[in-house]
Order: sequence, then structure tokens, then C-alpha cells
Amino acid sequence: MTKHTTAKELATVRPDVEEPMRRKVFKRVFRHMGVAVLGTVVAQAAIFSRPARAAKILRPPGALPEKEFDSTCIRCGLCVKDCPYDILKLASWADPAPLGTPFFVARQDPCRMCTDIPCVKACPTGALDPLLTDIRKADMGVAVLVDHENCLNYKGLTCSVCVRVCPIRGEAISLKPIQNERGLLQIPTVNPDKCTGCGTCEKHCVLSEAAIRVLPRELGLGVSGANAAGRGVW
Amino acid sequence: MAGLFRRMVSGLKSRRWLLIRRTLQILIVLAFVVDIPEVGRIAHGNLSSSLWFWNVPLTDPFVLLQSLLAGAPLAKTALIGAAIVAGFYAFFGGRIYCSWVCPINMLTDAAHWLRQKLKIKGNLTLSRELRSVLLVMALVLSVVTGTLAWEMINPITLFQRELMWTSAAGVTFLAALFLFDFLVSRRGWCGHLCPVGAFYKWLGRYGRLRITALKIDACSGCSDCIKVCPEPHVLAPLVAQKAMTVTDSDCTRCGACLDKCNSGALAMKLDMHRGVSFRGIPIVKS
Ligand code: SF4
Ligand code: SF4
Ligand code: SF4
Ligand code: SF4
Repeated sequence: MTKHTTAKELATVRPDVEEPMRRKVFKRVFRHMGVAVLGTVVAQAAIFSRPARAAKILRPPGALPEKEFDSTCIRCGLCVKDCPYDILKLASWADPAPLGTPFFVARQDPCRMCTDIPCVKACPTGALDPLLTDIRKADMGVAVLVDHENCLNYKGLTCSVCVRVCPIRGEAISLKPIQNERGLLQIPTVNPDKCTGCGTCEKHCVLSEAAIRVLPRELGLGVSGANAAGRGVW
Repeated sequence: MAGLFRRMVSGLKSRRWLLIRRTLQILIVLAFVVDIPEVGRIAHGNLSSSLWFWNVPLTDPFVLLQSLLAGAPLAKTALIGAAIVAGFYAFFGGRIYCSWVCPINMLTDAAHWLRQKLKIKGNLTLSRELRSVLLVMALVLSVVTGTLAWEMINPITLFQRELMWTSAAGVTFLAALFLFDFLVSRRGWCGHLCPVGAFYKWLGRYGRLRITALKIDACSGCSDCIKVCPEPHVLAPLVAQKAMTVTDSDCTRCGACLDKCNSGALAMKLDMHRGVSFRGIPIVKS
């Protein structure tokens, strides 16, 4: 408001230097730039404070690492359409993943590891890496036997369902005997180098909540090496 | 009976453009969801990227641009698809997308129609350039955040996803958009806010499919066309008899003006002439 009056005063005092048209244009441009800068800052804060993708959200085979996947996938759903088992879904706002990105939840419907990998072939952007031609090299996550309390095999029974359903059983998951105070236990043991994270084991675990779960690799596995912070405590 | 029939025919005729483009819009939505027996589905994917007739890839250049700015590597199929789409709109006129393809247009048109019917006067005035501001914001944000910024709220693909996997949040957002156009701001979304429209406007800046005054003398200057036009400012030079064609790329080629005007002054034409305007100033007809 104050600016407006000054402009008017200026115009009456020195009409020769006043350029109303140009001034108006500048004013408009600056106002829009103000809106843009403010909007960008607010929206950027909003985007950065998005919750991270939930651990149960698994990407289709060949998906780039999450950050690159987020920028490369254009949310088209072509992979979703070409999955013959209909396991994939594009995230809605209600799902704990970036809006519109494809995912599956192992406990609901695991990846069947099609040998011709139609989902990867369908992807127009390379968000699902076309260099993945052998489904056994896929890395959707890694299975981890998270619950040693309720797993039936840990209780001394021989359920072993997870081992028996694995499409690459014997390699990705196998029974390893361990001896403890309960006797000789046959423990389902995952080989992280071979496990593709398809989720079949999690899907079929007989417990009402699975004792074995597929997690994104960075959540499921530790990395060897020293943790400086861990040593400094005592 | 004959009278009724005649009235129906003239009714259809005076909504010719509306009916044609509505049909196309609906067909496009259906092509993605309906399985035709024996044939299958005509289009796969969604409006971000799709595969038509099992062979033709189409990709939205705006979505791809966001993705590239966010740091995605180049990929052949997506680039071919985007080139086809961009080429089409650059040649014919960008905002053809808005009136003939975009499903949200049906929603906002419905809101506008209801607004007119109920004679709602209240209007929040927005700047039409706000959409360009939002466009710049979407692109800058894609660079800064490494994600496809606009795709986090884009109602166009949201609409298509909602058709398949309805979610409460998505439907609420679409309803809010409808109410905004209906009660708050006249043609608020498509006319002022949508950055996709702004992108296509810039892309199709020199689009050749144009509303042309065939017989400018037939125009009585009633400005009925301006009243029905979703982007009224584009017709102003023409009605003021300062221009022969609508050159402003805000024009969505919806044909509302053609349906409205019964003087025969206007037509939609492929106009290959250069120099109908000089530095944006339309040249006065001879
Ligand atoms: S490999 Fe097969 S089952 Fe797994 S996501 Fe791809 S298409 Fe679906
Ligand atoms: S096909 Fe590729 S770009 Fe499309 S949704 Fe799937 S991963 Fe994303
Ligand atoms: S996720 Fe389970 S079933 Fe799939 S490969 Fe790994 S161990 Fe086997
Ligand atoms: S299926 Fe479940 S309960 Fe059975 S052995 Fe595997 S993890 Fe344990």
C-alpha cells in the first residue's frame, strides 16, 4: 500500500521519468518471483519431511537404488500392467511409499520370479534396470529370520515351510543344524548373496505374523567394519 | 415428433465440438481400463507414459523433464515417447492436451457448468500467470529434491490411479479440486493454477491449429464467444477486430467459441502463415 502511494507521488512530482508500463511489468514479475521463491522453500521443506518408505514396501526386480528409483521412475504403471501375477500396485497417498511408485508387499503377494521378467521389459525409463536379464540376480531385498522366539524350527519342530517354498531353495535358504540347550535345531538360514528378496518365504510362513521377513537390504543386513561411535562409549 | 427430432439435431449441432472432444476424452480414459474381448486393452500404463496398440510408446514430456531434472539417466523408450508427444503438441498447439486429452478437464468443466447453473458469483481472483510460477517451481523443486516434484500431487495421473485403486485420500483431493473450481474460483484450476497446462502452453507456443476469423465481417461483436471461452483473453484481439487468428497459446482449442458463434465468423484451421503478429502485437487486418 505504501509503495503504491509513493509511486503515485513520484508520478505527480516527476512525470517525465515515470514509466508506468515497465514499472507495472516489473512489479508483476517481482511479485511472481516472490511467490515462486516462497513456494519453493515451503514445498521443499514439505518434500524433505516426507516419511521414508516403509520396510514392507518392496520394489519390483531390477529397481535402481531407492533414491535413483525415485527420480527415474515416472510412475506410469507399465510394470504393474505387465506382471502376470498382478502383485504390483502404484502407491496411493494411503501407501507408505512415494506417490505413484510401484511396489509389492511380500506377505500379501510375493514376486514369482518370472524367468522372462516382463516387468523389467515393460519399463520405459530404466528405473527397472534393463541389464537385469537373470531373475536370480534380482535384488528386491533380503529375507531375514527376524523372530527367533516364535519360529517353529527354533522351538525344535520341523516346520521348514519357508525353506520348502523358496524358488531357489538350497541356495538362497537352507536348513543349518545348530545344537543348543533345546537339542539339535534345524534353522532356516538365508544366504544373502543368493536371496533375491522375492518374499515367497514370508508369504508362506505359517505363523499369523511371519517370523521371516524380506527387508530392503540396507535394513536387513549389517555391514562389516568398525563402528567408531560404538567403541567410544566405554 | 419431427419437431423434437429437429430440436435434438440442432441441440447436438450447437454442441458439436464439445461432444467430439468429450467423446475423445472418455475414450482415452476407457482405453486404459477396458479390456475389449478378443483384442485386449488398447492402452497400457497411464498418462505419464503409456504403450498404445501394443507398439507405440507415448510419454508425457513434462513428467520426463521433471525426472531428468531430478537426475534420471536417459532412456530410449521414454525419450522416443516424449518426442512423439512433444512434436505433436509443438506443431498443432500445446493446450490441445487440456481440452482433448486431460481427464481433469472433465471435472473442472463440470464444476464450471454447475457454477453457471447455480449462478455462483463469488470469485477468488487469481493471476493467470500463477501456473507458470508453479511450473517453474515444479522444475526447480525436481532439481533440488531429486524427486518428481509435481507428480507428488498431480491430479491427472492421480485420477487414473483412483479409477483402479480408489483411496480415500485421492478421492478427497479430487473432490477438493472440484469444489475449488465450483465455489471458490472461476476456472481456478485449469485457467490459473495447473502447471501442466502452463508447460503445454509454452511447448505449443507456435502451434498451428488456430481459431481463425474466416469472415471477420460476419462478426457482430457480440462477444458471446468470449463469455464461453475458458481463456477469454485469447479472443479479445479477434473480437476487437485487431487480429485474424487466435495466436495466444493459452487457447485450448476446445471449440466452445465455435459452438457458440452462429454467425459463421469463426473456424478451426491449420494456419501456416507467419507474421500474423509482430512481437506479440497482432497485426490489424487489411
Ligand atoms: S518378476 Fe514376474 S512376478 Fe515378479 S514382479 Fe516381475 S512380473 Fe511380477
Ligand atoms: S514401468 Fe518403470 S517407470 Fe513405469 S512405474 Fe514401473 S518402474 Fe516406474
Ligand atoms: S526371499 Fe525367501 S523365498 Fe525368496 S529367494 Fe529369498 S529366501 Fe528364497
Ligand atoms: S515358515 Fe515360519 S515358522 Fe516355519 S520355519 Fe519358516 S519362519 Fe519358521
